[in-house]
Amino acid sequence: MVVSCEQVWQEISNYLDGEVSPQLRSAMEAHFRECRRCTAVLDGTRNVVHLYADDRLVELPPGFSANWQRKLAETMPLPRGTAYGWLIAVAALALVSGSFALARLNSSVLTPLRSYHAEPGTGVPPGMMVEVAADGKTFHVPGCKYLHKHEHQGEGEVRLVAASEAIREGYVPCVRCLRQYLNR
Amino acid sequence: MTIAERPAEASNESEQSLIARICNGDSSRFAELVKPYERRVYATALALLRNDADAQDVAQEAILKAFANLRQFRGESRFSTWLIQITVNEARMRQRKQHAELFEPLDEAKDKDDEGAYTPRDFADWREIPSEALERSEIRALLAKALASLAQKYREVFLLRDVQRMSIEETGKVLNISIASVKTRLLRARLMLRDILGPDMAEGWFSRAPFGKGSKPW
Repeated sequence: MVVSCEQVWQEISNYLDGEVSPQLRSAMEAHFRECRRCTAVLDGTRNVVHLYADDRLVELPPGFSANWQRKLAETMPLPRGTAYGWLIAVAALALVSGSFALARLNSSVLTPLRSYHAEPGTGVPPGMMVEVAADGKTFHVPGCKYLHKHEHQGEGEVRLVAASEAIREGYVPCVRCLRQYLNR
Repeated sequence: MTIAERPAEASNESEQSLIARICNGDSSRFAELVKPYERRVYATALALLRNDADAQDVAQEAILKAFANLRQFRGESRFSTWLIQITVNEARMRQRKQHAELFEPLDEAKDKDDEGAYTPRDFADWREIPSEALERSEIRALLAKALASLAQKYREVFLLRDVQRMSIEETGKVLNISIASVKTRLLRARLMLRDILGPDMAEGWFSRAPFGKGSKPW
């Protein structure tokens, strides 16, 4: 098989890519041994391919990486369902329940009972309206005759308040009119 | 000796598992996936658009698009090929938009390969070009200018096959043209580049001092 210069030029790219038949390849190699012009074309073409295949051909502009990464971060949704998200939820829950616990601690422990001999009125319905005297120690069902005389006659004003408020202020239930709510 | 394809990059398996993790919500690792290819994305956009500002813009858009559509990547091709394909499509869209604004038709309209044989014009011997030559910015500029002077259809094929070192099949797939068209255009692109660069390469350009005594750099 003999090939002409024109045939060689037509196939020179395929030759470099290994895309020619073995017969054509050996015919072309025989041609190159004889033809200096075609060898020059082959060498030049191979040089072109090698030069352009080099990664150093193009340099990244400064800031290119940072720019696309910043743009990407702007388009990204906030992490969902991740450990980070759960961490935030748990921290928020701890904060809320902690503040409630602290509030309860303030009302139940830090306010001293007005009578250390009585038991706190925990069994009394919190919404029940009761009477208290400003200088007294106990709260009563309205009209209870055991509202202390002193409480009636003294300086202390008598108020009608919710049992929960009376308890918050440190009053204890009257052991007589509110007996049914005690020791339960 | 034949022209080699780009060797396998990051191990395909680790890349696949990285992609799976990103799709499952670990978005922060996308940068890790793209970083090895960002230069190629930019080089592709630059070779097609021949303008640095447009190339940066399109390369960035292509990367963001790849993130948005990562779930659609099926692993039938390499991730790098898929990413370059998105870049080519984005660059073509940008070109169409610009041409539409200028009321000029794309030269792609008369898209018929020149089937006639190409005759090399230059038969001078080339010197062996040392790869260190590419460290010199004037050599890189010379090569970039020669590539930019090719018509788009030749530039695209040469870019994917010889710059990005894709296989002939991958090149055809990305550009949506037949393997025969890839080969025809590639032959022409290679021979034309050789003719364009020949005078500089053959006359010992690389052995000359960059700017000899008495010569001016402009």
